[in-house]
Amino acid sequence: MANAPRPMFDTETLVINMGPQHPSTHGVLRVVLRLDGERVVDCDVVIGYLHRGIEKLSENRDYTQIVLLTDRMDYVAAATNNLGYCETVEKLMGLEVPRRAKYIRTILAELQRIASHNVWLGTHAMDIGAVTVFLYNIRERELILDLFEEYCGARLTYNSMRVGGLPLDIPAGWDRKVREFCRIQEEKLVDYELLLTHNRIWLERTRNVGVISGPDAIAIGLSGPPLRGSGVARDVRKDEPYAAYDELEFDVPVGATGDTYDRYLVRLEEFRQSIRIIRQALDGLPEGPIVGKVPRLIKPPAGETYHAIESPKGELGYFIASDGKSTSPYRFRVRPPSFCNLQALRQLVRGHLVADVVALIGSIDVVLGEVDR
Amino acid sequence: MASGRLTKAAHGAAREGAARGDGAPPATEPGSGAEPRLNMIDIVIIPLLKIVIVFVAVLFGVAYLVLLERKVQAWVQVRLGPMRVGPHGVLQPIADALKLFVKEDITPARADKWVYTLAPMISLVPALIVFAVIPFGGTAHLFGKTVPLFVADVNVGLLYIVSVASIGVYGLILAGYASNSKYPLLSSLRASAQLISYEVAVTMTLVSLILMAGTLSMVGIVEAQRQAGLWYVFAQPLAFFIFLAGGLAETNRAPFDLPEAEQELVGGFHTEYSGMRFAFFFLAEYANMIVVSSVATTLFFGGWLAPFPNVHALAFLGLVPGWIWFLLKVFCFLYLFLWIRATLPRYRYDQLMRLGWKVLIPLAIANVIVTGAVKVLL
Amino acid sequence: MVEAFAFYSLAAFILGFAVLVITARNTVHSVLFLVANFLFVAALYVVLHAEFLAVIQVLVYAGGIVVLYLFVVMLVNLKRPPEAHADPRRRGRLGLAVAGLLLAQLVAVLGYSATQAVPAAAAAATAPAGGNVEAVGWLLYTDYLVPFEVASMLLLVAMIGAIILAKREL
Repeated sequence: MANAPRPMFDTETLVINMGPQHPSTHGVLRVVLRLDGERVVDCDVVIGYLHRGIEKLSENRDYTQIVLLTDRMDYVAAATNNLGYCETVEKLMGLEVPRRAKYIRTILAELQRIASHNVWLGTHAMDIGAVTVFLYNIRERELILDLFEEYCGARLTYNSMRVGGLPLDIPAGWDRKVREFCRIQEEKLVDYELLLTHNRIWLERTRNVGVISGPDAIAIGLSGPPLRGSGVARDVRKDEPYAAYDELEFDVPVGATGDTYDRYLVRLEEFRQSIRIIRQALDGLPEGPIVGKVPRLIKPPAGETYHAIESPKGELGYFIASDGKSTSPYRFRVRPPSFCNLQALRQLVRGHLVADVVALIGSIDVVLGEVDR
Repeated sequence: MASGRLTKAAHGAAREGAARGDGAPPATEPGSGAEPRLNMIDIVIIPLLKIVIVFVAVLFGVAYLVLLERKVQAWVQVRLGPMRVGPHGVLQPIADALKLFVKEDITPARADKWVYTLAPMISLVPALIVFAVIPFGGTAHLFGKTVPLFVADVNVGLLYIVSVASIGVYGLILAGYASNSKYPLLSSLRASAQLISYEVAVTMTLVSLILMAGTLSMVGIVEAQRQAGLWYVFAQPLAFFIFLAGGLAETNRAPFDLPEAEQELVGGFHTEYSGMRFAFFFLAEYANMIVVSSVATTLFFGGWLAPFPNVHALAFLGLVPGWIWFLLKVFCFLYLFLWIRATLPRYRYDQLMRLGWKVLIPLAIANVIVTGAVKVLL
Repeated sequence: MVEAFAFYSLAAFILGFAVLVITARNTVHSVLFLVANFLFVAALYVVLHAEFLAVIQVLVYAGGIVVLYLFVVMLVNLKRPPEAHADPRRRGRLGLAVAGLLLAQLVAVLGYSATQAVPAAAAAATAPAGGNVEAVGWLLYTDYLVPFEVASMLLLVAMIGAIILAKREL
């Protein structure tokens, strides 16, 4: 410790294991805290409890099968994972995706962002003690799950995209239901804000907690809402547009101080921007085929590529190397946003209290399926 | 002579919370004629009966308070809550109790076994014996007898409540210590720091109440409110709010439920407890909620008095028995507790301490000074 | 009869717990016995009709001060015993001296109470129920005002001293 040793009392730090079985580590994260009273002196983040070897498995599956595996990384935003993977393969093969497919993909991805943010807000608020918000959020997420169920039959792991397009067109009347959902979600956002945004306790719990400056955030490699919360306007959807984002209008919200409250505000605003994107995409939904010209056997030419999209958690990148002979990737690698964002935890929690640790884990929004893969 | 001793014995019984003082000696006194026999009924049977009734009622109330909490929270959260056991889940508390009874009672390895067993009792007993001095009503006429609706009217009733409540802290500290586990230890430190800090503020508000009423007796305070024709909540709104905040903190209720912050400290000081011992802590917490609500009702909302005694149009309200008014008021408080829990996030430890020491305690002291000054000047 | 019975049984408990306090191996147990001891002393006050004193005994000693003891005992690492003084017989001699002092005091008190009538203050403190609180308050703020204020100053000094000792930087 930086402080000079006290003359009369020698104190010990208390080492405490938060997780892997703990109500608020969002799965199986283990954080080894070193405490001085209730203040965190240091912490180690231990991961790997959910490692399933998805990257290695992918090297033995053909390109269509891998879509299934990507579902199981960020399981609260499976469609986003599908999207990132399919686009990477398309980029590697130089495939053109029909516009209608691009639009539907965008809608699915944004619905998924809302679903993921709903899970985030609910669990984050519950970690800070506001249990009711959690149930409200889960209620709205349920509507999204219903929409997905109607679209592809699955509620959690969708397998909802294919290389070169989509497996299914949207069912009749689905767009109307999505619009209805957008209206409900917009209304309910006001509820969440009433419960939290100006709540004195919420402000005290989140303001100036876990402050990280813009340059620091970039140095650690943060992406997504945590980076934007620190005032860096980086959004893959804007900076390197994919799917239909270059044709749609939306803003990238940024925070000012980079504390937990800013990250909260950024994500809340992203709810609204996502709804805006979905509405535009539904309005401008073009007619046409949903699958491009895809060869029967997906066998990309020799080469490698990296492609990133903006998942709800941050920059989700796929690196795929193909040897040109096989129907499986030669090397498959994911840049999961949760994993990279989790790096910041140590720096964020130092000097804060135990109660802040759970708030900060929540504010980074990690999904352990994605961290461990 | 005998009667004087016996009342004292009854007092002692209430104080110790055990039947140690009341039973043996008076029962063996030779009963000669009808006169002493009548006395026996007045001073032994009736208090004993009252103790039993209050005890059972409190346990019953606690069980259903748990159900109420789950229901209210479910309604706030657009859920149904327990629905399976009995119609609308009304038998849920019984099922819960049965479950807790038959659950395995685990003592962690290397726990301090004696203290580990003692801790839940220490936290439950004070919560229950406080009810000895709470006046549930004025008097009732039963079988031609006039029976006061309280177990004991001790002349230091208010202090008795405060002091017994202060014993309850031991349950929490010892549970955390004896579990030989780090999360309970952390949480028991939080609990005791919180309780001790907020006790100061709460006691200060009580002082201003005592200044108003001029007595420490709970019955006396209600009587004083009747004579003044004023519920003290209107005379002492600040004291009421401090009492409410302190009461929430002392019962470890949201937004001050840090010692049991499930999301931070897993379960709190009772993390390692299971079965009946866990149930004891649970009972104690909810019994304490009822205590705080009852004390708030007695001190600030006129106890068993009917509202608007001065308005003639509302005189029919006086027809309702006092104890119903009392229970109604207590229920409103309990509902408030549950409502707050369903709405607010949780404070952080340092913020809680800051609020206690830098806001509530100075405010409470200022309130005492102002009350005293007004009292002297008027 | 009843009073005597209550007194002697309570006194037995008090003495028993007092012995346990000093013989218990585990410090936390020792503190717990101390609490039990205080509670029985409070019960003794009740037998003496001094309800106010009993309640204050529980509130201040059992509920306040000993909680802090417990804090300290729980948090301080007692695995390593404090270093014994170089002279092993020092403790024995010190103990003997303190015991002698206590004995002298007891004898003095006994002798004094045997010769004197019950002083007014004691009578007031054990006055019948009702006047109890007022009587104590009255005495504290009139006859014993100066000692009372001095005591509170002493506590304040102790508090500030503790803060200065414990605080790393002011």
